[in-house]
Amino acid sequence: MNRFSVQIHGWLLVLPAAVLLAAFTHYPAVATLLHSFYSTPKANRPAVWVGLENYRAMTQDPVFWQVLGNNLWFALGTIPASIALAMLMATWVNGKLHGRAFLRLAYFTPTILPMIAVANIWLFFYTPTYGLLEQITVDLLGLPSHNWLGTPSTVLACLIVVTVWKEAGFFMIFYLAALQAIPPALAEAAAIEGASRWTYFRRVVFPLLMPTTLFVLVNAVINSFRLVDHIIVMTRGGPDNASSLLLYYIYDVAFKFWDSSYASALTIVLLAILASAAIMQFAFLEKRTHYQ
Amino acid sequence: MSTRRNPMEPQGLGHALETLGAWVLALLWILPLAYAFWTAFHPPEFATRFDPLAPLSLQNFVNAWNAAPFASYFVNTIILVTMILAAQLVLCTLAAYAFARYAFFGRDVLFMLVLVQLMIMPDVLIVENYRTMAALDLTDTITAIGLPYMASAFGIFLMRQTFKTVPKELDEAARVEGASALQVLLKVYVPLARPVYVAFGLVSVSYHWNNFLWPLIVTNSVGSRPLTVGLQVFSSTDQGIDWSIITAATLMTSAPLLIAFLLFQRQFVQSFMRAGIR
Repeated sequence: MNRFSVQIHGWLLVLPAAVLLAAFTHYPAVATLLHSFYSTPKANRPAVWVGLENYRAMTQDPVFWQVLGNNLWFALGTIPASIALAMLMATWVNGKLHGRAFLRLAYFTPTILPMIAVANIWLFFYTPTYGLLEQITVDLLGLPSHNWLGTPSTVLACLIVVTVWKEAGFFMIFYLAALQAIPPALAEAAAIEGASRWTYFRRVVFPLLMPTTLFVLVNAVINSFRLVDHIIVMTRGGPDNASSLLLYYIYDVAFKFWDSSYASALTIVLLAILASAAIMQFAFLEKRTHYQ
Repeated sequence: MSTRRNPMEPQGLGHALETLGAWVLALLWILPLAYAFWTAFHPPEFATRFDPLAPLSLQNFVNAWNAAPFASYFVNTIILVTMILAAQLVLCTLAAYAFARYAFFGRDVLFMLVLVQLMIMPDVLIVENYRTMAALDLTDTITAIGLPYMASAFGIFLMRQTFKTVPKELDEAARVEGASALQVLLKVYVPLARPVYVAFGLVSVSYHWNNFLWPLIVTNSVGSRPLTVGLQVFSSTDQGIDWSIITAATLMTSAPLLIAFLLFQRQFVQSFMRAGIR
């Protein structure tokens, strides 16, 4: 092939995907930024340039700060717990425990179910009086009845539990792959040195899992800002926005109050958070390719 | 095959304790699901009462099926995931081939631009993408649900990595035989990447079968709603709090994936692994 046809062929092959990516990823990202500087168009009044007005309104919007705070707690609640559980699950599934196949099935099943279906099941689980949780806490343990999803102080924790339950099995897979790649000679060497199982895990396995942990971490961060399906089913952000997360708030502002400009400004905050995760990821991908 | 024991496996009491821990966690993990199964397969009066003698019944499924147009929702979802997967396979294969084997001008910059979508997914660009769909007069269509996902950065990345491992000699040999660029792609690269296609396909289908927020926003009629949105509309408006019917509907919508997973467990796990490790 001559050089000219390499150029033409290369571009022609990439073109269809590039056009769609530009139309539904790059264009909307840029347009979001532009629209965040305009007012929301109304029936008799087109959008006008308002500069940073939407961002000024954001800093004075108590709901925005509450939602951002919720999202940070949500991230802090879901990320370390799901990563630790995933590591534990992978260690167990990788070992020679009885019923390994069942264990793997049990841990992984939540991953393939739709979040929306899972949320319905958990909604039932948390239901006051009839739900399984109340049956255990009230009927079996004799604790006072508690409206788990209806109380601002417990609702976010309930959602965190659902998310950890859904995600841990997914992350387990990556740890499982990493564990299987650890040469058995290392365990033998550790045994000769008289290391305990815990020391072996802490000093040998854990450091070797670090690249996987970084990869999982980035994914967990992204998910904690991307997953809102369960909120729509279980709480609709309530009570009093106690369980609202950033993307859910954007959805509310854009498609319930139809304030698309303010929603654009909120989206820019979300994109900035995701971009930071992206920078982490790129730095990390760079490192990975050196391994190969 | 070597059957060397890993000396760092737990032994004796440790083994027993860890087995117990693993089983307790596993039982906790399937408890919500087991609870849903119990409720769905028993008459409503046993929904929250555990009586081992409770009669089994499929009536909840019948009631749920008759209470909402689940047949249309199923058809819509199947059309949706098929359409997205077909488009993804074609578009990503072509693009990945170019990125892997053509040194065209601007390739590396373009590839970086593709990777942007790994972080900034269509899932979060709902406001602008809705505006675009409205401008294209596509709202409330299955096409509108699928369009933002058809060019998948993840798919391009995955296939590019795979194509790069194909020996150049195979490529050159085929070209010496007089094969065109497309023939080389279809006869050499695609067959060698088969396991990756299976992995990507499983991940893609389960992702889009389960996707909810964007379809919720862009659809508003029975003709275009996928199962997830249909289930939400059904359980939030029509049913009040008849949990027996809601859990039956919930299990019904997840059943195809769940059954496929139980049948092809190993492939699923390996696919998610392969797709994630890349």
